[in-house]
Order: sequence, then structure tokens, then C-alpha cells
Amino acid sequence: MISILTFLNDTLLTKPKIMKINRLIFPLVIALAAMIVSTGCKHGYSKTTELKNPQRYIPGPGNERPETQQPQMPTPMPYDPNAGVGVVNVPHPEGPIGTTTNWNPVDMNQDRATLAANMVHFKFDSSVVVDNEQANVSAVAAFMSGDAAAKLLIEGHCDERGTEEYNRSLGERRALALREALNKAGVNADRIRTLSFGKDKPAEFGHDEAAWAKNRRGEFVVCRPK
Amino acid sequence: MKKTIYILLAIGLTTIATNFARGEDAVNVSRTQTILGMTKPILVSLSGFTGEAAEVLKFDLYVQGFNFVAPEAAQYVISGSDNGAVVGSVRDTVSKKDLFSRSYNGASVRRQAHAFADDIVQAVQVLPGGQPVKIIGQSKIAYKSQSPSGPGEIFIADFDGAGAQAITSDNAIVAKPAWVPGKLALYYTSYARSNPDIYFHSLASGQRRTIASYSGLNSGAAVSPDGTRVAMVLSKSGSPNIWVCDADGSNLKRLTTGAEDSSPCWSPTGDTICFAMKANGRRRLATVPAGGGEVHYLPTTGAPSPSEPDWSPDGKWIAFTCQGGDFSICVMPADGKVPPMVLVSGQNPSWAANSRTLVYNHGRDGAQKLSVLDVFTKQYKDCRRAAGSNSQPAWAR
Repeated sequence: MISILTFLNDTLLTKPKIMKINRLIFPLVIALAAMIVSTGCKHGYSKTTELKNPQRYIPGPGNERPETQQPQMPTPMPYDPNAGVGVVNVPHPEGPIGTTTNWNPVDMNQDRATLAANMVHFKFDSSVVVDNEQANVSAVAAFMSGDAAAKLLIEGHCDERGTEEYNRSLGERRALALREALNKAGVNADRIRTLSFGKDKPAEFGHDEAAWAKNRRGEFVVCRPK
Repeated sequence: MKKTIYILLAIGLTTIATNFARGEDAVNVSRTQTILGMTKPILVSLSGFTGEAAEVLKFDLYVQGFNFVAPEAAQYVISGSDNGAVVGSVRDTVSKKDLFSRSYNGASVRRQAHAFADDIVQAVQVLPGGQPVKIIGQSKIAYKSQSPSGPGEIFIADFDGAGAQAITSDNAIVAKPAWVPGKLALYYTSYARSNPDIYFHSLASGQRRTIASYSGLNSGAAVSPDGTRVAMVLSKSGSPNIWVCDADGSNLKRLTTGAEDSSPCWSPTGDTICFAMKANGRRRLATVPAGGGEVHYLPTTGAPSPSEPDWSPDGKWIAFTCQGGDFSICVMPADGKVPPMVLVSGQNPSWAANSRTLVYNHGRDGAQKLSVLDVFTKQYKDCRRAAGSNSQPAWAR
């Protein structure tokens, strides 16, 4: 396509070749006219006109386009259920993008037990770390300052009273609020990563305040090099 | 004495002003709301169809504003057969004219019936200005299906839920699929690598790659109408905010700086992004220019705690979820000049190409079902269900 365009451009720019252009453009005009006529015919195929049982061809697997000039089914979303589905993970050409810490919890040993008792709970629709949770924050901060090699993953969770993506942001906000509190207590923010599960990973499956209160939480996972 | 006069004058002026404002509103309200949620269905009769053909025709027409009555009461008589292939005709009983008569071949009886339904819709409904109605019969939806404990997969299906199939095999939490307009390609969130990352997945080739895997949250991808830009929620700079990037994840730009943003969606012109946010502890909807600029709140009076906005392809409406006791699907004019209308119980609305039908999910957490709603007649029907809890549907358009 590009080469044709370049060729046309070249010929148009060169005066002595005008005859050549005409010879070239004439068939193009004919082709264009033919296209307009055929499109016009299609356009004339009005949905509201009385028609004597015309056929409509619907493309699909194993049903190739017939040779006859029948009106075409519009296919807003052509899809072949026998092809294309599958997952082949392709690395990004520029390498893994966007990792903003130089460590990743996936590559480390994750210890959920050590700080399990220090789980922090939140009020409804709030990411404020309340006063009576400060003891848990202090305990986590003390642990982190005593174990210089340890990194920390904070998981933020919500109850079911919020839409999915809203809660994914709220859960992240809760984890970030805990990171902030730990940072104030002396833990370097670079040692902490946050992970929001929104309402996708409830601790309790009930649909009452007791379950909801348990689900609005931040959990601390200690990460150590393998 | 003087004081009293001033007070009386002030009250008088306020009353006049309020009445004036109300009067203006009233005009808009009646004009809009007689359409939204209050439109009478078009009455049709259906005869001669069986099995899947009848099921498809009833589903497609019902969720586009038709309802079924006996031939004597119908404005349009739809008749035909489905012996191996769908043959159908439509007669207008008012003008006493046959609108069309047509037979269908190829693909399956199901798809032929969808095509016939599309033809009926376009023959009967015309937009103001004579524009043909956008057809939806053969369109696809994508959604997440998950087990109560969390792991799930992204699925695609016909918009009525038929032919559902998983397109991922992550066995991980997945979220918020978004179609590339007009393409067999999706963006979605997956926790496959133990973090919410955004993937681009071409269904044509089966290849996928991450376009956002920053530390913290990467979720809520929404593709611009021209397919070149992606809006999303990232928390890499300290709070969950709206960012935009090119289709491949490059040229990242932060648009908002609020405390807690979610669910970006694009205006059909591609120049504005609508999203959910929290201001002074209150959940709100807001807009921001897609190239960056000032954030404006959208008034959503009467629809508490709004989230999950989706802008209709014709630009007129914004559908969203509000939350009183339960979740409800709401629709309001995109300019926010008329208060939203609360339509049905549900979450996660996504517009079809016709700008009148929505797919959404409803039910208890862990057992969500997909439904399709006509916002003008408020008629809705449940989709066929895939295994697990189905939510966050996205309509290909």
C-alpha cells in the first residue's frame, strides 16, 4: 500500500509523466465508480421495504461466504469459538514494567503466622487507623525494626457493602493507611508493599455486622529472602 | 421593622428563585423521565417459532423494549418458522403493511434468530432524525466468574449468556474485563502473579501481556473509544488514583490526586473520563478531562453512594450503581442536569451499542447473576449462568 502511495506521489510530482497519471487514474476512477454503485445497491437494501423472502447469509465456522451476491450479515463481533482462546503469556518487550520496589513478595518466603495476632480492623467505609489499633501498629513496627532483613506485605480487605472496584480501591487505601502509620513509627516505606483484595477474599462468609466487622481488615505478611 | 422587611424580602426572593429553578427542572424532568424507566413497551405477537429460536427472539426483543401479546392486541405481528433455518416476517397491524419477510441461513439457528431480532428492531424502531437503531443481537459480553473463596476466570459469552467460555486459566482472583472497541481483545485485572495487575489479552492470537504491574493496585482498565488509550486505577504514588496510558502501557499520566478513586469510564468523544471517588468521606461521581485538568463533581441527588459509572455510546446517559440498603442500577443524563433515576436492584452496569440496554449483575455476593435491562421500559431478563458467581459484565461495542 505504502509503495503504491509513494509511486503515485512520485508520478504526481513529476510533470512529464502526466500522461502516465491519466492512464493510471482512469482505471481507478472506474473502480471507484463501480464501488459506489455496489455500495449504493447495498444501501438500497432497506430494512423497511417489502421484500420477497430474500436470503441472509450469516458467516460462521464451516460456513464460507457463498458465491452469490447475497446481502451480508453485519457481524459486530465476529468470533470463532474454535480458535484464538488460550493464554500465552508474552513478556513485555521492554521487560517487566512498572515494578517500583526492588523486591517482590512472590519471590520470597511469606510468613503469615508471626504477625497474625496484630491484624488491624477498620470502621465501615473508612481507612482511618483508629486509636485502639495503634498497639498493633506499634507491635508490627517493633518487629520490623528488630528484623532488618524482613520486608512486609500489607493486605487490605473490605466487607461486602461496597461495589467490587470501589472496594478494591478502599482495600488499597486501608493497606496504604497502615503503611503510612508504620512509616510514622519508623519503618522505611520501601520495605512495605500493599495488596488489596477488595471484597474478594472475606475472612467470614456471613452477611451480618459480625461478619462484616471481621472482613474490614488489614493483614501483615512477613516476607524473607528465600 | 427594617430587619423584618429585609427578611420578608429575602424569603420572597428565595421563593421566586426556587420556583423558577423548579419550573425549569420540571420541564426537563418530565421530558426525560417519561422516556427513562417509564416508556410503554411496543406490543408484538410471536407465532410459529419453537425452542431456541423462540427463546432468542423473546429475550432479544424483550430487552429492547418489546412485549408479547395476542395477535389481536399486537401492533406488529411476527410470524415464521425454524425448521432447520429461521424464516420470519413482520406485519404492521396499524398501517396494514408487511414490513419485511426474510429467510436466514448459515451459522446456527440461535444466531439466525438473533439476526431476525436485529432486523425486527431496525424495522420498527427509528431514532429521532431517522437514524437506524444500533443492533446488539450478535454482540458479546465479557465478565468474571468466581468461586466464593475468590479464585475465578474471565469469561466471554453471547450477550444472553449462551456459549459461555473461560478465556483465562489463572485460577486466581480476576476483575473488571474491558473490551477494546470493535476488536476481539480485552483488558482485565488478574492476581495471577499474586498482585492485581492489568493484562492486555488478544482473543485472536491468545497472547497476553501485562500493561500495568506497578507495586500496589493496578485495576479498573477502561479503553478509550478509539482504542488507543487506557484509563485505570493505580496506587503507585500513594493513593488509588485515575491514570491514563497508551494501549501498550506506555506514556503513563496521572489524572487525579484524591484519596480513593475507582472505576474510570470514557465519554464517547474520548475527551472526558468519569469515575467514582470519595470527597470529605462521601462517595461521589466526578469527571476529569482525559488529557488532564480540573475534577468536577456530578450531582447524583437521590442516588446515595454512587460508584461504577458507564457512559452510554450515544453520549446521553451515565449509568452507575448506587447503594442505599441494597445496590441499585441508576441512569442519569450525562450533563447531570436531571437527577438520576433508580431503575432496578443490581450493580456494575455496562451499556450495549444501542445506548438503551444494559448488562449488569445482581444477587447476593457469592451467587451473583447477570441480567440484561432495557432502561426505557425497565424490562429485564436473567442471562444464562456460567458456573460460579458472575459479575462485572462488559458489553462489547
